[in-house]
Amino acid sequence: MSGLVLPQIRATFRAVAATVVPETAALDADGWARLEAEVERALRSRPERMVRQLVLFARVLEVASLFTDRTRFSRLVPAARHRVLKSLELSRLVLLRRGVWGLRTLVLLGYYTQAEVQSRIGYRAHVDGWSARRTSGEHAATPTDN
Amino acid sequence: MAESRTYDIVIIGSGAGGGTVAQALAPMVAQGLKILVLERGPRLDDHEFTGREAEMAPALYADEGGFLTADGTMTLAMGRVYGGSTVVYTGTSLVAPERVIRSWCVPGLEHADLERRCEQFMAANHVHYLPRVLLNENNKRFFTGAHRCGYKPEQFPVNLRGCKGSSLCNLGCPNGAKMGTHRVQLPDAERQGVEVVTRAEVLRLEERAVQLRVSARPEGGKGRPSEWAPGDYHVSARLVVSCGGSIGTSALLLRSPVTAGIPGLGEGFTCHPALILVGEHDHPITNDVGHPKSYFVDRAVADGFVLETCMYFPFVTAKNLTSFGPEHSALMQAFPRLQMILVLACDKAVKENRITVDKSGKPVVHYTFTPAVRRSLVAATRASARIFFAAGAKRVHSPLSEPTLIERGDAYRMDDLIREDYFLPGRVSIAAAHLMGGCAMGTGARAVTDARGRVRGVPWLRVADASLFPDSLEINPYLTIMALADRVAEGIRQDWGSIS
Ligand SMILES: Cc1cc2nc3c(=O)[nH]c(=O)nc-3n(C[C@H](O)[C@H](O)[C@H](O)COP(=O)(O)OP(=O)(O)OC[C@H]3O[C@@H](n4cnc5c(N)ncnc54)[C@H](O)[C@@H]3O)c2cc1C
Ligand code: SF4
Repeated sequence: MSGLVLPQIRATFRAVAATVVPETAALDADGWARLEAEVERALRSRPERMVRQLVLFARVLEVASLFTDRTRFSRLVPAARHRVLKSLELSRLVLLRRGVWGLRTLVLLGYYTQAEVQSRIGYRAHVDGWSARRTSGEHAATPTDN
Repeated sequence: MAESRTYDIVIIGSGAGGGTVAQALAPMVAQGLKILVLERGPRLDDHEFTGREAEMAPALYADEGGFLTADGTMTLAMGRVYGGSTVVYTGTSLVAPERVIRSWCVPGLEHADLERRCEQFMAANHVHYLPRVLLNENNKRFFTGAHRCGYKPEQFPVNLRGCKGSSLCNLGCPNGAKMGTHRVQLPDAERQGVEVVTRAEVLRLEERAVQLRVSARPEGGKGRPSEWAPGDYHVSARLVVSCGGSIGTSALLLRSPVTAGIPGLGEGFTCHPALILVGEHDHPITNDVGHPKSYFVDRAVADGFVLETCMYFPFVTAKNLTSFGPEHSALMQAFPRLQMILVLACDKAVKENRITVDKSGKPVVHYTFTPAVRRSLVAATRASARIFFAAGAKRVHSPLSEPTLIERGDAYRMDDLIREDYFLPGRVSIAAAHLMGGCAMGTGARAVTDARGRVRGVPWLRVADASLFPDSLEINPYLTIMALADRVAEGIRQDWGSIS
């Protein structure tokens, strides 16, 4: 797909993001820019058809709550957004479940691949493995010539 | 206009199958033969393996690791790089069970022969057991929990040399410690004169030839530029060996008019569909340091599943936890306290599950979760939850319950809470990395090749990769693929007089 995808569905995407990862509500402009840049990058390598389906799903999601809550999805309060996404995720229709899964996975990609988020949640894998931990005095195990 | 070149043997793909064939045929270069390996992925230098999730997944995996089945309910992981999926595998090295090979009923394929070849590769790949001092708590707790639940945990032999325990195996080892074809077979083959061209995607097979496109190195991307100038090429060969993997080889043969009509092509796809399960402990455990995969419980015969230890990176973990929102976030915040188990279902080849191609020749994988697979995944999830609790976890994340978190106090209700009606494809993250079948060996009407990978009715074409499996292997497959590829190469050497 040529051109950027998220500007077409930005309000919905950010509302989904804040529902999927509540911490994103605290992101500043730079934080959003990083998250969205990673999502755009990933979308560029995805099949066009899949990207079109995701955009369509996001558009339907945005207006579907007009029927149930008389408000667009992006303007719902967090608890209502959570309820809407949850009901779609547990829907009998695989298409709806997939749609939620696809959007949520993009949010998780944009958020959890960021180095500062990884270190904030305590992920500490290091190229030097055990010796990196040993240096910090935590573990006695040593690498060997296995 | 495509540039023309001529070789004696062209090998497509450089993974477990392709790398092995390249090495086994390499001595023929000294007899004057020209052998070429074509790999669509890039060749990375050692310093480019950083272990960073955001950088490595796009560099090493097809579709960045996000290739989806036709209905979008399962992710299939396959390497797309010099060394194929052996660059991203975890290195667990098991010999195929005799009962499985016998059940395949492929005349001429004996378990003892495969076992002998596997042992050779185990020696060449430095397969051994890690000493206990190097096992982390994620693994040790699995052992303890499984033992307490009455299972028989076994240690994985692994193919490492100088492992530092960085736990980054599936992002490509940053320490060059994991033995894959990129470290063992391919360098040896190249030393003997086999030519390897990367960023070279074979678009189509023709009579004794291949059409391919060499791509330029994308700006800012990892890996060296291709050995050939970007552009289209037509390479003639006396023999072509397809080792593009289950999906790559099947799709290539399906989109090539010379082979598209072969009965059985693309059928019998299996993949050990997998769930990642998580248990949360009170205190931090060592999980993101140390080799990630040390133990397994084999329940293939009794219950149709295998449990393995595992440890993934933040995004992969987040993606594989079911659902979203505060509960999901809380679990991610508990990362240092998480224990993980990978659950594999031993699926069977069925008619619905097959590989086709779309109008542009791209692979489309049709996969339906059979009732047997669903039942296995439910049973495996219950078994894993028991193991987590027996290992001391205070709560368990189960993708097959709602809510997805099960507290220790509710452990006695496990069978009520973890249920098949919560197996909702499209909601639950299901992934597979053991892609098998599509060009099955055998003698039946739907068999695509014989026991030596000779493609029916196409004397200039062989297959030597996981697509040869007539059914799933029910255990980690790389050694068996290498053993089969070695047999195909041996057949080529024996047949060479008549081929040439
Ligand atoms: C994350 C992960 C972990 C794993 N861990 C283990 C493990 O611990 N133990 C184990 O036994 N197995 C493991 N496996 C499985 C094992 O790696 C694979 O089963 C095995 O590598 C498959 O071998 P193959 O030759 O069939 O395909 P691959 O190794 O995937 O190689 C195929 C190659 O062909 C190339 N190719 C495809 N089509 C074309 C084309 N048209 N033109 C040019 N090139 C092409 C691809 O880019 C690829 O490099 C793992 C797999 C993954 C993805
Ligand atoms: S755990 Fe060992 S083999 Fe795996 S990436 Fe780290 S050093 Fe390499």
